[in-house]
Order: sequence, then structure tokens, then C-alpha cells
Amino acid sequence: MKRVALIVVLLIGLLLAWAARDFPSWGDPHAPASSSPVSSHFISSTGVDTEVPNMVTAVLADYRGFDTMFETVVVFIAGLAVVSILRGGPRRRTRDREFVVDFEPDLIVTNTVRLIVPVIQIFAFYVLAHGHVSPGGGFQGGVAMGASFILIALSWDLKTALARFPLNRCFTVAALGIVIYAGIGLLSMFLGGEFLDYAHLARVFPVSPEMARYHAMLGVEIGVGFTVTAIMFALYASLSTDGRMRDGL
Amino acid sequence: MFEEGSIISQLLVERLNYFIYVVLLLIGLWAMIAKNNLIKKLIGMSIFQTAIILFYVSIGVKEGATIPIYLPEHDPHGSHASAEHNDTTASGPQVLEASKVSGYTNPLPHVLMLTAIVVGVATLGLALSICLRIYRGYGTVEEDDLLLKLEQEDSQNSGGFKKRRPRRRPSSAKAASGATRAASSEKSKSEKTGQGNRRSRSKSPAKKSQSSPASEGKKPARRRPRSKKPKEGDS
Repeated sequence: MKRVALIVVLLIGLLLAWAARDFPSWGDPHAPASSSPVSSHFISSTGVDTEVPNMVTAVLADYRGFDTMFETVVVFIAGLAVVSILRGGPRRRTRDREFVVDFEPDLIVTNTVRLIVPVIQIFAFYVLAHGHVSPGGGFQGGVAMGASFILIALSWDLKTALARFPLNRCFTVAALGIVIYAGIGLLSMFLGGEFLDYAHLARVFPVSPEMARYHAMLGVEIGVGFTVTAIMFALYASLSTDGRMRDGL
Repeated sequence: MFEEGSIISQLLVERLNYFIYVVLLLIGLWAMIAKNNLIKKLIGMSIFQTAIILFYVSIGVKEGATIPIYLPEHDPHGSHASAEHNDTTASGPQVLEASKVSGYTNPLPHVLMLTAIVVGVATLGLALSICLRIYRGYGTVEEDDLLLKLEQEDSQNSGGFKKRRPRRRPSSAKAASGATRAASSEKSKSEKTGQGNRRSRSKSPAKKSQSSPASEGKKPARRRPRSKKPKEGDS
């Protein structure tokens, strides 16, 4: 079995190495990916279309908004699936009792975390809100925010973190994020455009169509941030406790 | 060996980045195919994914270009470029000409990988939860043990797929069947009582299983397949 696997892996490796010779060299400005009309269109006209300086955010939330919306839905469904797979069902209780250790939250660790967590959360908000003008966005800010809750759970225990962010609220927040995203898309559809065509929001908001796209992107990123925050923490909480939501790490 | 134009020089010097991704990808693939432990397979999957993410990001590299965020002079909002404030507000945002476009890297790979990373985390969490559930049901995440146990279970309910669906059927059928199974069914009975004790120590449905004989007949039988495992672990 292992020999067959080795042969397969080596064959694929040879194929890939052979194919790698045809790839452009490192940093070649004339590489197909860099010289394609799509990427040069994004670079040249993002500023005109949306007035957003960060092209990555513009492509993520505007040009490819449909894709990003369903990526967010994937994250949400994965979180739902993890919780529903782990919750309920038969349990093996003899074995995991052996690993339960009585412990007190450490004084130094908890106090350090007490100081660090607000900073992490403010940084997460900064990353989220400045996703247009600097590197950042909903996914990154959401992950940083979720990490702050995971840090609380690690330094105290899961109960403390769940008291601040219960699992039901996790899913409410996660669903709210998707509702924000899809709501902005639907709103622009009702205003006469296509789904997620933010420029039509300018009809109800006192801004130019470009600035409507700019601000709608912020709204969309906030929705993504909600979902990612909640799901990251829900993933950690249910995976670390085997779905029981107590006595975790 | 490393002279210009030879295959090895092409691979290891000019295309070293691709070579690294290929190696990473092969490590991941090997782990996914050949490892027995499901968690190790997942680690392999993550390595595989990392290789692809690195590959995409390296495709976005452009020599002499900066990150895909407009420099102050191209910033659509003139206020960010303090020096030529009046200039930019007068003209407004303009389409960049081709020479300026080459000054920014391609944003597309970054966008694709940004979402791929987060979705990768979510799917990894899903896979881990399935592994946890498998461990809960079968007491192992080793693939060969798992296949063995699945085969045992299949041979026990040799009937059609009708019998296979509910978990409690095979064990009750087994307890009822011939003399070879008598000893094991006895064992399982003693286990059931032990399980009941353990149950009553934990809080919820112990009362129910003691009170009504019908539910007692059903419940422990449902617990059968996994009540087998702790015993094996103990012995």
C-alpha cells in the first residue's frame, strides 16, 4: 500500500516538476498572471470605479462580491456543521475523565491577558474598519477578534469565555453578518441594480455612486467580520470540549 | 551539474520557488495517502493547502512593484496626498496608464488566497469535528482499526441495508443469535448494568432507563457498539 502511494506521489512530483519548467520565473513582470487584462483592469480602474485605495478589498468585496458572500456562507455552514456534529450523540465518558486536571487560572497569565485582550480587540476593529485604505478587511479583523475570545478561553477557562460570548449568540452574530451582507446586496437590487451592485445605493444615500460602493464595501466587510469572529470562537469552543461546552481547555 | 540550462539548474536555481511548492505538496499528498491516522491525514491536507496558497501568492509577485494599495499620488482621495491636495481634487480619480499599472502587484491572487485561508480553517474545523465524532463512536482514529471495526459491524448485520440503518439493530440481533454469542451477550449484559451505574452517576437520562422496561430494552442496546470499546481499552 505504502509502496503504491510512494510511486503515485513520486510520479505526481515528477509531473509537477516537469510542468514547473514552463512557469514564469520569480517576479517576472510579463508573466501571464501579471499581464492579464483582468488584473490590469483592477489596478487601473479601481480608483475610478470605487475610490477605494486598497485594490484587494475592492476586488474582494465589490468585483467579486458574490464569491465572497458565499465564502462567508461556507464559513457559517462549517461552524453550524461542527456544532451539530459534536453536540449530542453517544459519548465515551470513561476515557476522557482521565485527562481532567484541577487547575486554577494562573495569576500572571490572566492579568496579562486582561491587559492584552482590549488591545487585540481594538486592533481587530482597526483592521476591519481600515480595510479600504490599508491591508486588512473583514476576514482578518474577524479572525483577530475571534482570537481574542479564544485567548480568554485559554487563559481562564471556556466557561468564562462562554459567559462573554455564548454559543447561541455566536450563531446569532454569525447569521447577522450574512444578513448584513445579503441585505446590502438585496437593497441594491431593490434600488434598480443587480444583486450586490452597490453603485445603486447612491439613490438613497447622499453620496456619489463611487462613494456608495466605497461605503457599501465597509458594510459588507463588517458583515464578514461578524461571521468570521463568531464562527472562529464557536469552532474553538466545540472542538476543544468535544461538543460539551464545559471542562474544555 | 549546476551549469546553465541543465534540468537541475532550471529546477533548483531558476524555479526554486516552484520546486519548494512541489515538495510541500508532495509531503501533504503523501501524508494524505499513506498515513494511517486520520489526524495526520488532516495535517497532510493542511500542508497541501499551504503549498497551493504559497504558489498562488508567488504568482502575484511582480518585480519592482509595490503592494496593491494605491500610493498617495494615485490615491483617489486627494486628502491622503497632502502635498498635491488641490491638484488631485481638481482632476479627480483617473484611470492609471499602463506604465503605472506595472508598479502594482496583481491583487487577484491575494484576494483568492485570503478567502481560501479562512475557508480552509473552517473546513479543517469541520474535518476535525468529524474525526472527534469517529473517535467517539469507534474509539480510534487509526484507519486500519477503523476499517476492521466497520467490517465487524457489517458482518454482524448480514441482512440487507434495512437492518443497517439504526445502530441498535445489529447488537440486539447479535445478542439473540447462537451459542457462540452467548458468552458475549452475557458480558454485554454485565456491561449494561455497569453502564447504567455510570449513567446514574452522570445526571440526565438514567432515571428513564431504570423506570420503564421498554426504554431499558432499547437504550442499552443502542449504546452497545461503543460500550465495547472502553472494555478493549481496559484489557
